[in-house]
Amino acid sequence: MNDFSANDGKRRPRINDTHVNLSHGSGGKAMRDLIADVFVGAFDNPSLSALEDQAVFDLKQLGTHGERLAFTTDTYVVDPLFFPGGDIGHLAVNGTVNDLAMSGARPLYLSCGVVLEEGLPIETLRRVVESMRQAALAAGVQIVTGDTKVVERGSADKLFINTAGIGVVPAGINISASRAQPGDAVIINGTLGDHGAAILIARGQLALQAEVPSDCQPLHELVAAMLRACPDIHCLRDATRGGLATVLNEFAQSSQVGIRLQEQTLPLREDVKGACEILGLDPLYLANEGKLVAVVPGEAVEAVLAAMRALPAGRDAACVGRVVAAPRGAVILETGFGGERVVDMLVGEQLPRIC
Amino acid sequence: MKHVDEFRDPAKARALAAEIRQLARQIGRGPDNPLLVMEVCGGHTHAIFRYGIQQLLPDTIEFVHGPGCPVCVLPMGRVDDCVALAERPEVIFTTFGDAMRVPGSRKSLLKAKAEGADVRMVYSPLDALQLARDNPGREVIFFGLGFETTMPSTAMTVLEAKRQGIDNFSLFCNHITIIPTIKAILDSPGMQLDGFLGPGHVSMVIGTAPYQFIAQHYRKPLVVAGFEPLDVLQSLWMVLRQIVDGRCEIENQYGRIVPEHGNEVALRSVQEVFELREFFEWRGLGSIDHSGVRVREAYAQYDAERKFPVPNLKIADPKSCQCGEVLKGAIKPRDCKVFGTACTPQTPLGSLMVSSEGACAAYYQYARIDTSRLREDRQDKVSA
Repeated sequence: MNDFSANDGKRRPRINDTHVNLSHGSGGKAMRDLIADVFVGAFDNPSLSALEDQAVFDLKQLGTHGERLAFTTDTYVVDPLFFPGGDIGHLAVNGTVNDLAMSGARPLYLSCGVVLEEGLPIETLRRVVESMRQAALAAGVQIVTGDTKVVERGSADKLFINTAGIGVVPAGINISASRAQPGDAVIINGTLGDHGAAILIARGQLALQAEVPSDCQPLHELVAAMLRACPDIHCLRDATRGGLATVLNEFAQSSQVGIRLQEQTLPLREDVKGACEILGLDPLYLANEGKLVAVVPGEAVEAVLAAMRALPAGRDAACVGRVVAAPRGAVILETGFGGERVVDMLVGEQLPRIC
Repeated sequence: MKHVDEFRDPAKARALAAEIRQLARQIGRGPDNPLLVMEVCGGHTHAIFRYGIQQLLPDTIEFVHGPGCPVCVLPMGRVDDCVALAERPEVIFTTFGDAMRVPGSRKSLLKAKAEGADVRMVYSPLDALQLARDNPGREVIFFGLGFETTMPSTAMTVLEAKRQGIDNFSLFCNHITIIPTIKAILDSPGMQLDGFLGPGHVSMVIGTAPYQFIAQHYRKPLVVAGFEPLDVLQSLWMVLRQIVDGRCEIENQYGRIVPEHGNEVALRSVQEVFELREFFEWRGLGSIDHSGVRVREAYAQYDAERKFPVPNLKIADPKSCQCGEVLKGAIKPRDCKVFGTACTPQTPLGSLMVSSEGACAAYYQYARIDTSRLREDRQDKVSA
């Protein structure tokens, strides 16, 4: 049900409650008022204002952007809700925008489903929704449909968000994890592990004094610029949970190639490097929320890097490795020390609930 | 990060590696009977794999990965005891994260947690003490684990609990001591080790004097080593230098951290709280005399083993598991029958596959593929 359209389109009631209670999920007046007050105003757009149970799109209009639809969904459960450099609202928009962008798609529309824990301060919800509004505006997407549920205290932790997204892939783009081939180069758009380190430190259990900002940011404009420089990008993925190591293993296995990384070329913030040293974490596996990994034909490296570096999201772009024929399906790191080792998929979980 | 990067300088590494090759030639072993140097500590094992140190060395030198990973030598029965304690409804069971996945005979702590036991990961025993303060109606048990490195912080936490009069905190003590263990390895039949890299952080507490018997009685060189890759290489160079010179001495490469006489304050608190057990069961190595400690009678109220019934059963390792032989250096992880098949980091049979400091996990993660053949075309780079 498109709950967000459940107001009368003119009057926007302002709720007086300070905390979410079960009546806000009852389907009755309290829910209508919460939605109208907190969500509808923030996400205001023609589709939402149509007061229907679903958003409806004109196919011809969509078709002006390209030939194929991209459709994705992701759920956000990060703890803490707010952290340096972002919050769960930023994540919920940018994460889904980025999942669309990795197909080369132009992201257009998002949905927003929220699960609220009884007792959540309304002010917290407002802050998150305001972040979503700003992130959607910055990314040029509209949040056109949504849903609200409230669960009893203890049945969820404060606030969970699901966003699904639709985008359109322009003609002539063929990005796939199975297209890496020997001679290709591996490119990333900046420093590794910032989001994982930010969350770890923001939890405050480690008495570390540093404050690392999350790298949470939309990447679709960066991708568009990269595709203009090189329409034949072979593989593209955002390096979220599991980090760079996981994405490269997926590429190596899907494409049945080897990938050699040069440790000395990996961009790392000094404070992230320090936190990893102290905690015994490997930045190759730390989560990012604004980093992509691209595999491009060797001859296109300079053009792609130049296009990336012209944008803020790609300022620290670097070529960090190359695709080789063997060993198939494996990622090898040439260490700065002169040795080498296999970089495997992450086993277990370095940190719970990071996004 | 300057203080770390300078210990990872590739140019210095190449120079050291060249000198090590030179010494190895003087010693004159072949690839079929290589020099065997045991790195006692799991931290060294991790560094050797993480930085690819073995590949800088000639095939006439081999590292043997020692027992110094406390998670790895924990027998299954002790994990079962942890689970039994954790499943008591009044208990909050606290542990360092890497012990969560160690398999017991029925389940790991991670699985017990999923089934409803209140198991919490902490970064320090003092976090557990804080939990006890915050939950006066519950009993908080801390899973004390590790060699002399972590023993002082556990001991001081017990002392602190007493000072603050916190009576809902106790310790499930599985601390172990390094010296009897090295002695057991030296006494084991067929022992062929040529020298040791000594544990850096243990030595920070106990100093270098306790190792003297290794040089004097067993005539083996030991160099206490730091954990950065250049530390490991330099320590190896020092061991080889001793062999070439015909010396057997205890040397200290990690002088920036390890004082000759250890840390007196830490040792005093350990003495105050703990006493040696007659024997302690090790995974793979069996029972070793005086190799573990328990809480002294005077602190009995903080001893989970006295406060609660503990099954304390001896559980044999799975038959197919060859952790013991790997621990003693008799076989390489890759030679184990179940390595990478029945036993992987996702589904570990033996504890060497669990901790990142375990030899098998390190092999699996970093060296599952033998890259030496792939490096042939790059030999110039390695041997330059």
